[in-house]
Amino acid sequence: MTRPARRRQRVPLALLLPAGLGLLFLVLPLAGLLVRAPWTTLPRRLAQPGVLTALRLSLETATAATLLCVALGVPLAWLLARVEFPGRRLVRALVTVPLVLPPVVGGVALLLVFGRRGLLGSWLDTTFGVSLPFTTAGVVLAEAFVAMPFLVIAVEGALRGADPRYEEAAATLGAGRWTTFTRVTLPLVAPGVAAGAVLCWARALGEFGATITFAGNYPGRTQTMPLAVYLALETDVQAAIVLSLILLTVSVAILAGLRDRWVGTA
Amino acid sequence: MTARWIRAALAGVAALSLALTGCGGADDEPSAGTGGRVTVFAAASLTETFTKLGKDYEAAHPGTKVVLNFAGSSALATQITQGAPADVFAAASPATMTTVTDAGDAAGTPAVLVRNQLVIAVPKGNPDRVAGLADLARPGVKVALCAEQVPCGTAARTALAAAGVRLTPATLEQDVKGALAKVKLGEVDAALVYRTDVRAAAELDAVEFPESARAVNDYPIVVLKHAGNPAGARAFVDHVRSDAGLAVLTAAGFQAPPNR
Repeated sequence: MTRPARRRQRVPLALLLPAGLGLLFLVLPLAGLLVRAPWTTLPRRLAQPGVLTALRLSLETATAATLLCVALGVPLAWLLARVEFPGRRLVRALVTVPLVLPPVVGGVALLLVFGRRGLLGSWLDTTFGVSLPFTTAGVVLAEAFVAMPFLVIAVEGALRGADPRYEEAAATLGAGRWTTFTRVTLPLVAPGVAAGAVLCWARALGEFGATITFAGNYPGRTQTMPLAVYLALETDVQAAIVLSLILLTVSVAILAGLRDRWVGTA
Repeated sequence: MTARWIRAALAGVAALSLALTGCGGADDEPSAGTGGRVTVFAAASLTETFTKLGKDYEAAHPGTKVVLNFAGSSALATQITQGAPADVFAAASPATMTTVTDAGDAAGTPAVLVRNQLVIAVPKGNPDRVAGLADLARPGVKVALCAEQVPCGTAARTALAAAGVRLTPATLEQDVKGALAKVKLGEVDAALVYRTDVRAAAELDAVEFPESARAVNDYPIVVLKHAGNPAGARAFVDHVRSDAGLAVLTAAGFQAPPNR
């Protein structure tokens, strides 16, 4: 109890003031949502069928995108952290590109590759009759594209922080690289994987730009919560606030529920 | 979601700062009668024509600057009622204009600037041989419509109902340019957009259909109550409603309003 108190006395005002302003800046818009929410009509608005459809689609696609990211991203993170190969720095830089890329640009890029006339998309279309734009699979793809870097970075960080001597010990005892990975490395970095997956899921849940560009907007098929919020805002601000509130609640609940368990320890 | 929100917020901040500097500029320039900066919020389908009209206006009124913000009319109406600093609002439907007038944000009564009609936009040469609305319901024909929340979507729904055609679109886009882009990219085979949009796109053909006469959109324009530059706003509206302004609009495929 005494140590934090002593520390607080030493915080210079020049830091405390901008820090407080920063916090206010982040929290105030969320408070605005709560203040302006139409609480009296909330139950009726929540019961509207479109709301639950969009919410379910959002939860399903974000979860599917996270599974895809874990399946592909964990091996990628392992490769970056444990294997020396030429151009590794370049690969690491490439992995983080979707982080800084505006999501709309990601959507356009996805269209150019997986679209009906895209590099891979035209082949998929003619060979298998598969067309990804405007499908739920397209939503998952768009979300995975923007969310995967979060997972890769988190897992790679965990791998770098993990003591390699355990893996070396396993190797000297005769375990192959695959056995070492599944039996030693993976359990060791499980908290990191979980933290990365949560971040990845949250990012996928909030995805807007790449989704509307690549997957379009159709209720029940590609209209996720963020898209529903945006379109509701065109005509019915109250409805948009309600949808935003739901999305906020879900995100905060998931992050708060998992934080102490995994994210904090990573 | 966040990206869009942030973009909208930034646009608001940018518009605000523009308005503020605009006010400051007006003080510096004594000739500020119709001078300074005019901020115009216009429907996405007015992109090409208003860009040209804005340049014409600037040329005719030296020292002025026309700042244009194009988006779906409903999004613009929401921005205006939420306090976005605009001088002029040009909407693609009376309904979206009503949002603004009902909120008491308009100065005076909106005037009908032009009218616009829907066509079916198809890739050049019409590879799917689309001849009318009924062809859009054919299996294997992918269609992009505007979302019902925006005027082109409302018009599309009216036209489809008039034709008795039921179809499941591939996507409901947030504005007419979004629907147009999906045809341009080849991701859909057809889209219901305005005649003017297709005329502005060299890689597309327009298929006219009779039911579009049932869904003609009037484009109202009005000076806004909280305009930072009301004189400039009135001058700009007069400019686009002049014979020369109307000529630019009709050349792009818009129809003159019934009273002209």
